[in-house]
Amino acid sequence: MTEEIALRDAFGNALAELGHQNKNVVVLDGDLANSTRVDIFADAHLGRFLEMGIAEQNMIGVAAGLAAVGLIPFVSTFAAFAATRDLDQVRVVVAQPKLNVKICGGYSGILTGRTGKTHQSVEDIAVFRAMPNMVVLAPGDAVETRQVIRAAAEYTGPMYIRLTRDPTPVIFGEDYRFEIGKGVVLRQGDDAAFISTGVQTIRTLEAADMLAAEGVSVYLLHLPTIKPLDEAAIVEAVRRTGCVVTSEDHSISGGLGGAVAETLAEQCPAPMRRIGLRDVFSESGPNEALLEKYRLTAGHIAAAAREVMALKQRL
Amino acid sequence: MLSIRDLERIANRVRRHVVQTVHRVGVGHLGGALSATDILTVLYFHTMRIDPARPDWEDRDRFILSKGHACLALYAVMAERGYFPLEELATFDEVNSRLQGHPDMTATPGIDMSSGSLGQGLSTGVGMVLGAKLLGKSFHTYVMLGDGECQEGQVWEAAFVAARYKLDNLTAILDWNRLQQYGWHTPGDDDQVRQTPDETPAPKWQAFGWHTIELDGHNIGAIMMALQEAQGIKGKPTILIAHTVKGKGVSFMEGNYLWHSRAITNEQLAMALAELDG
Repeated sequence: MTEEIALRDAFGNALAELGHQNKNVVVLDGDLANSTRVDIFADAHLGRFLEMGIAEQNMIGVAAGLAAVGLIPFVSTFAAFAATRDLDQVRVVVAQPKLNVKICGGYSGILTGRTGKTHQSVEDIAVFRAMPNMVVLAPGDAVETRQVIRAAAEYTGPMYIRLTRDPTPVIFGEDYRFEIGKGVVLRQGDDAAFISTGVQTIRTLEAADMLAAEGVSVYLLHLPTIKPLDEAAIVEAVRRTGCVVTSEDHSISGGLGGAVAETLAEQCPAPMRRIGLRDVFSESGPNEALLEKYRLTAGHIAAAAREVMALKQRL
Repeated sequence: MLSIRDLERIANRVRRHVVQTVHRVGVGHLGGALSATDILTVLYFHTMRIDPARPDWEDRDRFILSKGHACLALYAVMAERGYFPLEELATFDEVNSRLQGHPDMTATPGIDMSSGSLGQGLSTGVGMVLGAKLLGKSFHTYVMLGDGECQEGQVWEAAFVAARYKLDNLTAILDWNRLQQYGWHTPGDDDQVRQTPDETPAPKWQAFGWHTIELDGHNIGAIMMALQEAQGIKGKPTILIAHTVKGKGVSFMEGNYLWHSRAITNEQLAMALAELDG
């Protein structure tokens, strides 16, 4: 039975731990601390926990001011708000001056505890990927999340970290080493490549296992960093296999799929399918129903692999 | 220690730099730069603890020009103060210049925060003051706002949080020149009358928990005293509501919304410089 840990719990604990190690780390909250789990940091380091209330634009500006005087602010809100409501602020006082602000977008993707489309983010990767000077990270499990937070504190510059709400399987062992900008090959194979990010990697692994049972060997590349993009790893995956399926709990436009398509079109064109929301917002519902309706399940990923393999044969 | 007359002379030179620079590059935000000039002169030459030779000095007072489009006045004051050579004002708005069209903290020594998109500066000032408290530092942070800018909701988000955290090392200055770019044209009104429709800023700031000081924004002595009073206020942030005139110092620009951003002809430059003679 695989252990399941919510990324938000791993995130909250990692931040609190970081707070013990680094006195310059401060955390800003937009009245969501018990959802995003930065309340764990608040319990441990109340003096460095700055409640900013329901005012995300101001929160980003405050973080910029803190960074400008030498502190390391982690700003926490839901991904939907981080990527849209305060975007001009991120642009002008974080990205443009390259200030050392870490924006942590919780409740990303469509599995947000039945809150519905306003609280679900299907655009955050696209939005932050398009912004110069931003590093964009989407860890796949609790182990990776913990390392991402440590790496965030050691990296100097603007950063967006995409997090999720519900318990998900742990896929990395304690010997795993996350590195900003580096993809991780989780399966070797020759028939098709899967390139996935965030917790969608878990469903992508399931799809790989489904196909393995049918005698299809899938190469699986997990990209916890969407920006800067590990182009070499993407090209390697597609050179070996000749066709690719990208997989993300995000729109198919502008996110991981967009990034991979841009790279491959320039460096290694190949048949491709993108798994993600097909230019639609999501809705309220239980997780399994949403995954099915919005076609993010292992079954959908496997079907896409069969499509691209067929396309590959025809070329 | 500079006298009031000294500061007035510096402010006059700053105004001359502003009109000359706009004339040279072809267009610029004149009105709001001229209305801010006296306040900026007092801040940089009298009030703030700064060192132009050490623009990154950790314990320096901070200044944020939230109404970033008025940066010509800021650059001119900073050049006079010694942050960079006066000749460098001629490079304003050129490619690769250290003097960007709006304040850029990555380009210009001594600029404490980038700005330009209105409504953002007060928040960053709040962050600096909160950061100072956490770091055990006592520097003061000044933020200059425009009155049109206060139409942005983010300003009030910052105002609320600043009062909530009792940030008394934060002083805001409202350049209350009562004009913006295009303004609010009411049918029947004189077409030139485009005043920003906030006749009463003080009660709003007081309602948010701020101490307010009203003053003549072109009286050097009054500015000095108001800033000093602000330093003494404890337990709440302070805002100076500076009554100013957009385009102050050049008669044909004063109180005229069309001079928010405009080109200046040779004739107009000559007239302006003749008036800015003192």
